[in-house]
Amino acid sequence: MNLSVQLGGLTLKNPVMPASGCFGFGQEFSQFYDLNTLGAIVIKAATGEARFGNPTPRVAETSSGMLNAIGLQNPGVDQIIKQELPFLEQFDTPVIANVAGSSEEEYVIVAEKLSKASTVKALELNISCPNVKEGGIQFGTDPELAYQLTNKVKNVSSKPLFVKLSPNVTNIVSMAKAVEEAGADGLSMINTLTGMKIDLKTRKPLIANETGGLSGPAIKPIAIRMIHQVRQVSNIPIIGMGGITTSEDVLEFYWQGPTQ
Amino acid sequence: MLRRPISIADYDKQINQLTIIYKVFGEGTDWLARQLPGGQINVLGPLGNGFDLSGIQGQTVIVIGGGVGVPPLYNLVKQLNSQFNDVTAILGYQSKVSIFYEKEFKDLTQTYIATDDGTYGYDGLVTDVIRELRFSYDHYFSCGPTGMLKAVQHQLSDIDGYISIEERMGCGVGACFACVCQADNDKGYVKICQDGPVFHAKEVTL
Repeated sequence: MNLSVQLGGLTLKNPVMPASGCFGFGQEFSQFYDLNTLGAIVIKAATGEARFGNPTPRVAETSSGMLNAIGLQNPGVDQIIKQELPFLEQFDTPVIANVAGSSEEEYVIVAEKLSKASTVKALELNISCPNVKEGGIQFGTDPELAYQLTNKVKNVSSKPLFVKLSPNVTNIVSMAKAVEEAGADGLSMINTLTGMKIDLKTRKPLIANETGGLSGPAIKPIAIRMIHQVRQVSNIPIIGMGGITTSEDVLEFYWQGPTQ
Repeated sequence: MLRRPISIADYDKQINQLTIIYKVFGEGTDWLARQLPGGQINVLGPLGNGFDLSGIQGQTVIVIGGGVGVPPLYNLVKQLNSQFNDVTAILGYQSKVSIFYEKEFKDLTQTYIATDDGTYGYDGLVTDVIRELRFSYDHYFSCGPTGMLKAVQHQLSDIDGYISIEERMGCGVGACFACVCQADNDKGYVKICQDGPVFHAKEVTL
C-alpha cells in the first residue's frame, strides 16, 4: 500500500512523524526502532543561543495527558547544526527543524542558519510555545505579528515553511489565514494548551513554571476540531498532532485532511 | 497513563527475577499494586547508569538511604560485600510504620535506622547518625529525597561520593529534557534519566 504524501514540496514515505520536542534530536529513539520507517523527523526547537530551560519539576501527569514546561532547553542553533544534525544524515528520512526565538530577529537568524543546513529539508516555525516568558506565544496569538514573522522568515529561507499554531487563541482560523497569506507552505496543528496542576500537599502549582502545556489524548478532540475549522478555509497541508496514540487516532486525523 | 521510573532493588540472573520496591503513592503505583501474580506488565529498561563499583574493593564504605530511596541500595550493598568492602548502611524513614527491609539490610551488613519522628531507632536524620558515628570512610553512596542528598553532599564533601537523584520524568531515555539537573560539565546540565540517575556527588548541583 502506498502511504506516501506530498507535504509543501516534500515527498514523505508515509505521513507519520514525531512532534517537535517529544523526540529530542533523534538519537535516543534510534535505539528502539529504525528511524527510516518514519515519514519525517521533527527535531526539538532551536533558539539563537543555548537555553537551559525552566526549573524542575517540568512535567506532571494529568487525566488522559500530561503537562510540560521544559522551556525550550536546547544547545543553540550553531551547536545543533554542528553536533546534532550529522547523526540524522544517515537516515533516508527528511528532517524538519523547529525554529524558536524571543524576538523577530532571533527567529530570522535561526531560520536562516537552519535553512542552509543540507540535512534540514523544511522548517517549522514555533510561534506557539506556552512555556517561555518572552517570545513564542505572542507571535502565535496575534494574527498581525504572526503574518509579519512568517513573512520575514519566508524571505530568508528557501525551504518549505510550516507554521505551528497555538490552540490558546479565540479564533484559530484567523491565525491560519494570516500565516497562509504570509507565505506559509503548511501548518502544524496543534501545540499544547496552557494548563495547571495543583500539588495537594503544598497547595501550590506542581510544575515549577506554574503553568505547563497540556498534551496527550485529552487534547485530541480540540486538535481535530481546530483542524476541521481551518480545513474549511485553507488548502495548504496541515501536519496534525495532539494525543495521537493509536492507528485509529491517525485515521481520525487523516480523514480530517492533514498529513500526519 | 505515563510510565513510572522505579529503581531496581535486586535481581537474580539465575531465575530471571527483578525486584522492585515501591510505595503506593498515586494512580500509577496503585495500578501496579493491583496486578496479580502471573500477569504481564510492560517494562522499558533497565535505563540509565547505576552505581559504578569498579575499583572499589577492600575499602570502607557508607551507604545512606532515605525512604523510597532505600531500595536501589540493597543490591548495591550485596555487590559491595562481594568486593570485600567494609560497609555501613544508614537508613532513614519518616516513622516506624514506614520502615521496610530492615532485616534484609541487617542480614547483609551493619545497619543503623533513623526515624524523623523518633518512633524507632535513632531519633533524627541520617546526617545526625553520620555525625555521631564519627567513622572515616573511603566512599559513600546515597539515594533519597533531594533535601537529604543535599545535606549528605554537604556533610561528606571531603569523601568520594555517588548520589542517585530523583525527579519527575517524561520519556526516561533522554529525549524530552524533563529531568535535567545543573551540573559542573561542558553543557552545564545532566539528564537524570539518561546520564544518571547516579552521579558523582561533585558533578551535580542539587
